[in-house]
Amino acid sequence: MEGETEAIMEQRTVVNNVMCLLTHQDGAPLGAPMYLPQNIGPQQLQLIVNQLLQNEEKLPYAFYISDEELLVPLETYLQKHKVSVEKALPIVCQPQAVFRIRPVSRCSATISGHGEAVLSVAFSPDGRQLASGSGDTTVRFWDLGTQTPMYTCTGHKNWVLCIGWSPDGKYLVSGSKSGELICWDPQTGKQSGNALTGHKKWITGISWEPVHLNAPCRRFVSSSKDGDARIWDVSLKKCIVLSGHTLAVTCVKWGGDGVIYTGSQDCTIKVWETTQGKLIRELKGHAHWVNSLALSTEYVLRTGGFDHTGKHYSSPEEMKKVALERYNSMRGNAPERLVSGSDDFTMFLWEPFINKHPKTRMTGHQQLVNHVYFSPDGQWIASASFDKSVKIWNGTTGAFVTVFRGHVGPVYQISWSADSRLLLSGSKDSTLKVWDIRTRKLKQDLPGHADEVFSVDWSPDGEKVASGGKDKVLKLWMG
Amino acid sequence: MPQGDYMDRFQRDYGYRLDHFERKRKKAARDVHKHSKTAQKTLGIKGKMIAKKNYAEKAQMKRTLAMHEESTSRRKADDNVQEGAVPAYLLDRENTTRAKILSNTIKQKRKEKAGKWDVPLPKVRPVAEDEMFKVVRTGKRKTKQWKRMVTKATFVGPGFTRKPPKYERFIRPTGLRFTKAHVTHPELKCTFNLEIIGVKKNPNGPMYTSLGVITKGSIIEVNVSELGLVTPAGKVVWGKYAQVTNNPENDGCINAVLLV
Repeated sequence: MEGETEAIMEQRTVVNNVMCLLTHQDGAPLGAPMYLPQNIGPQQLQLIVNQLLQNEEKLPYAFYISDEELLVPLETYLQKHKVSVEKALPIVCQPQAVFRIRPVSRCSATISGHGEAVLSVAFSPDGRQLASGSGDTTVRFWDLGTQTPMYTCTGHKNWVLCIGWSPDGKYLVSGSKSGELICWDPQTGKQSGNALTGHKKWITGISWEPVHLNAPCRRFVSSSKDGDARIWDVSLKKCIVLSGHTLAVTCVKWGGDGVIYTGSQDCTIKVWETTQGKLIRELKGHAHWVNSLALSTEYVLRTGGFDHTGKHYSSPEEMKKVALERYNSMRGNAPERLVSGSDDFTMFLWEPFINKHPKTRMTGHQQLVNHVYFSPDGQWIASASFDKSVKIWNGTTGAFVTVFRGHVGPVYQISWSADSRLLLSGSKDSTLKVWDIRTRKLKQDLPGHADEVFSVDWSPDGEKVASGGKDKVLKLWMG
Repeated sequence: MPQGDYMDRFQRDYGYRLDHFERKRKKAARDVHKHSKTAQKTLGIKGKMIAKKNYAEKAQMKRTLAMHEESTSRRKADDNVQEGAVPAYLLDRENTTRAKILSNTIKQKRKEKAGKWDVPLPKVRPVAEDEMFKVVRTGKRKTKQWKRMVTKATFVGPGFTRKPPKYERFIRPTGLRFTKAHVTHPELKCTFNLEIIGVKKNPNGPMYTSLGVITKGSIIEVNVSELGLVTPAGKVVWGKYAQVTNNPENDGCINAVLLV
């Protein structure tokens, strides 16, 4: 390593040099600006960055010059774009995932069983279990090894609209159209305790308390059409009501810093404190319903202590510690970012801990934005809209990056692969599509469903993709 | 000194009479009959007043009963599991079935073939000239009849200056001038109070368009910058057309539907 960098330095005398400033994604410089030979490419830059940061393990990096990825040697880039060599050239280094997820390409199983449309599918945080909620009022657990049904859980009186896994994988909570919530044990498929009643109308969202805040997961928050959100305690069966919205609450997220965010049809986003349910902040700006919220740390919060290595933890304390480490490394020293998608066709990027005014407004969609999602590394924001497109935005600045067109119907849901290199979208046109972020192109078209795809999920270990839709079957896709 | 508190004082000192509640109950029971007797016997204005009050009470009672009954029946309907499950994010949206959409698109195409305007109000009532204008007599002897006053709502641009009275053929009264319209977005189902930019088309004729006359069915351009609509290129749209759906001269306001 030492020798290689020296070799690069020695070349200075022969080839033309350019003054470069390597920076973090938030703009902080890695070191002083330095002269680099023009014939170096991403590989050599990677070596330099690893050396500068004194990483013990060599990490892969991607390099961006004014939001465009550098794939060729600097020389060719400079000639192509006619960049002035008088000024220091800022190069942004983005750490990449050390693992790679294979893109899904084929349908490995079509499992029928549900008697009505499949409304939600979700993998457990460790990626080993799969559950789905359906219009036939049941929640089903599926065996991923044999790709067969495992448990059928009856108990709801109406359509099961939402399901949510606890970040330690010990519970699954489902919410129905009649407003009750039921907690299930995934090991036995039995209902644990009575149904939690309180909501007067259907459930629109469920979010669990992150595992790094409370070690054995006990609390979760649910939002409902009746305009309330409620914090429930699974073991104490108690609830705290968060009331204040004047219209239906459409989505709810439990943030990593111990606050709850709710988005509502009354055009506001409210931030709540979790012990007593007090309102902390109100974020105003949208002109119409808020449809979807996403946090920059959402993926870490969802997976808790589990990562791509597939470790198991003996005690909740250990898991809490690992989860906290993962959360802190993901968040860095920047505050948590929130993005909201709305019926007014725009999105806002907020930093709720710093400012109650939005950081940026992201315009460009021509129909309502149904789903927004941060990539697992927080670098990108993806938005699914009814204008048949998926758009990618910069996760820190909110600048527009690219648009994925290809769907011929409204895009309902999106899901990221764990390495943030691929994006999956499910649409009304009955197809799933896998998009490549690096090349900004369609990677894989996955037809197969006979009707609209309502829900998609990419398992956190990256092996499988599950999708469910109006044709009543659950499909599993593999690479 | 007040003299009338002897009953209160008695009750405070000795408590209620032993038959107090019995008397009260009987009084209430007899009261209905007593009331009915007076209601039947009273004549004239007094009788009418009593009848009106009784009617109002009865209607209110019926309404309350109906309201309670409705709420129970509604819960029953909600309990049934319906066909055609949709996820939570589609529950509040208008769910038109596909067959309907298809037939609608066919109808739409036929309409386009016929060359009709695709607007919310395709037909408007023609307005005759003598309804649109009032003749203003001028001259010392009021013999000249070349001046007209517009009797409908108008939009007058912000930079408009009146001509000298000698040359002003059309008077647009300030009382009927409008600068804002209540515009409904048909997809968002929301109404906004937007500024009018101009009158694009009055179906009764080009002269009315140039005069800025707003009648039912007129196409106006409104300032939609507050709505945050965007073009394919991502730019904010600020002017959009809308069709007037009411008779502004009768209502004192302009209601319109945005054309999207």
